[in-house]
Amino acid sequence: MVIRTEGLSFSFDKQQVVKSLSLQVPAGSIYGFLGPNGAGKTTTIKMLLNLLKTDQGSIHIFGLELQSNRINILSQVGSLIEQPAIYHHLTGKENLLNRAMLLQVNENRVDEMLKLVQLTNAAHKKAGQYSLGMKQRLGIALALLSDPKLLILDEPTNGLDPNGIIEIRELIIRLVQEQGKTVFISSHLLSEIEKMATHVGIINEGELLFQGSVKDLESISHPQVQIEADNTVDAANLLKRHDFIVNNINHERLYIPFTSKQQIGEINSLLVQNGITVFGINKQHKDLEKLFLDITKSN
Amino acid sequence: MKGFLLSFQSEFYKTRKTLSFWCAIILPLFIGLLAFAIFYTKSEKFIMLQPLMLWVQFAMVSLGIMGTLLLPMYTIFIAYSVNSVEHKADTWKTLFSLPLSRWSVYGAKFCYAVSLIFLCLALFALFTIGFGNLLSILKPELKFNNYHMEQQILQIYFKLFLSSLGILAIQFLLSLLWADFLKPMGIGFVATITGVIAASKNWEYSYAFPYAHPMAALSSMIKHNNDQTRNLQIDIFTKDVFVSLGVAIVVFIAGYFIVLKKSIK
Repeated sequence: MVIRTEGLSFSFDKQQVVKSLSLQVPAGSIYGFLGPNGAGKTTTIKMLLNLLKTDQGSIHIFGLELQSNRINILSQVGSLIEQPAIYHHLTGKENLLNRAMLLQVNENRVDEMLKLVQLTNAAHKKAGQYSLGMKQRLGIALALLSDPKLLILDEPTNGLDPNGIIEIRELIIRLVQEQGKTVFISSHLLSEIEKMATHVGIINEGELLFQGSVKDLESISHPQVQIEADNTVDAANLLKRHDFIVNNINHERLYIPFTSKQQIGEINSLLVQNGITVFGINKQHKDLEKLFLDITKSN
Repeated sequence: MKGFLLSFQSEFYKTRKTLSFWCAIILPLFIGLLAFAIFYTKSEKFIMLQPLMLWVQFAMVSLGIMGTLLLPMYTIFIAYSVNSVEHKADTWKTLFSLPLSRWSVYGAKFCYAVSLIFLCLALFALFTIGFGNLLSILKPELKFNNYHMEQQILQIYFKLFLSSLGILAIQFLLSLLWADFLKPMGIGFVATITGVIAASKNWEYSYAFPYAHPMAALSSMIKHNNDQTRNLQIDIFTKDVFVSLGVAIVVFIAGYFIVLKKSIK
């Protein structure tokens, strides 16, 4: 395990925001740390980086106890917490050079990072003039500068446009697959996490509701296929005749339990071949709140 | 130690293009030039002065405002600006999640503020000496070259430097804890005015109040010898300077533990 916590708790004043958290993050995984805003995600991340002192419980990173091996551990961790922390009066490149100086990283690495996050053209622009997406990318470049074994990213796609989100996602997947890094990434969007994570931990009101692989999660989250068609009643009858289960139906849409991507294709061609116009067909997730309800029920 | 040096270097790198750094250079240059211009254009007013008094008058252009306002306010400003770099960019959390000991991050920042004040005061001394000597060449009728008080000027500014450290430590901690400008600045301003009043009215305990130290440093600087020789002797290590150093050390160390205890929001 790259990250292992046991009974981790934290309180602000008298309010307990993290309750006896036991995280298990395997090496080489993309661990999606999922929860709504205010669930305790950032607090947990700050404890993992030794920015907040834990009230109770223990944190082991790379098998070492955090408090007593702080510098050794932090030298192998790259992080991005909340909005990226960058000096606005310095250029993007100067921000990286400053960090490279502190981490004693070769300056060549700065240019590599700029290229990686596609900021080479904006390298000499003041970081204060960057768009939110550019700032976020610079933040990721800063986190990656020391070539850390573990990346801890707190909502790294916040404020990014769809293109930016895809770029970051592909970058993370590449880092794990090609360089064997471990990524701990927090988000409040289930769909976002599902697209890249290998493991998921779900936290709500400071409590870990679920932890396991993405496959385990799917068995709980019951994704559905949403079909938008001109005549939903005929479509439903047709599908039922072909042994599909229809969960829900209204004037515009009908819902079928998701099993595989192939199944979506089959449904689509079946409907089209039988003269039903399909306006849309896609996999749909439950929103987090519903998922929480299901998880709490199944526990 | 390496972490400390790296952090110190980074402090310079971060602020080298900001006003707080250039202030340390521009301020003494500007006031030095001002003194030079006064003595150059109005030389006839000073022609009757004895060389010793001439130097004293010349040095007092900057020293006069130094004790009352300039040094305390400059110190407050420096303490604010080295910390506000991190507050503005929201970079405290990043600094403390780097593989550097917290002592080196905190210590380097404090030492950088100290060195900015040292730089500023050293330049004040050098410009006073430099412009004085320039005047002796350009205006030989002023008898700047008949007396030498380079050593005394350096001593006075060194004493002022030591007397500012108490204020610096207090303001540094306030600026570290509060992100906004008004709180540390407001407290510092009120305290400075109190200090100036206390020191100028010769309140007997003003030596114990850090914000009175720059002013007290100036009034306590002349060694009163029994022999009334022409030589001006500077007393650097007076009671107020020791208090300033003591306050600086205590607050600096206490500040570290406060920072350590205070979770990074």
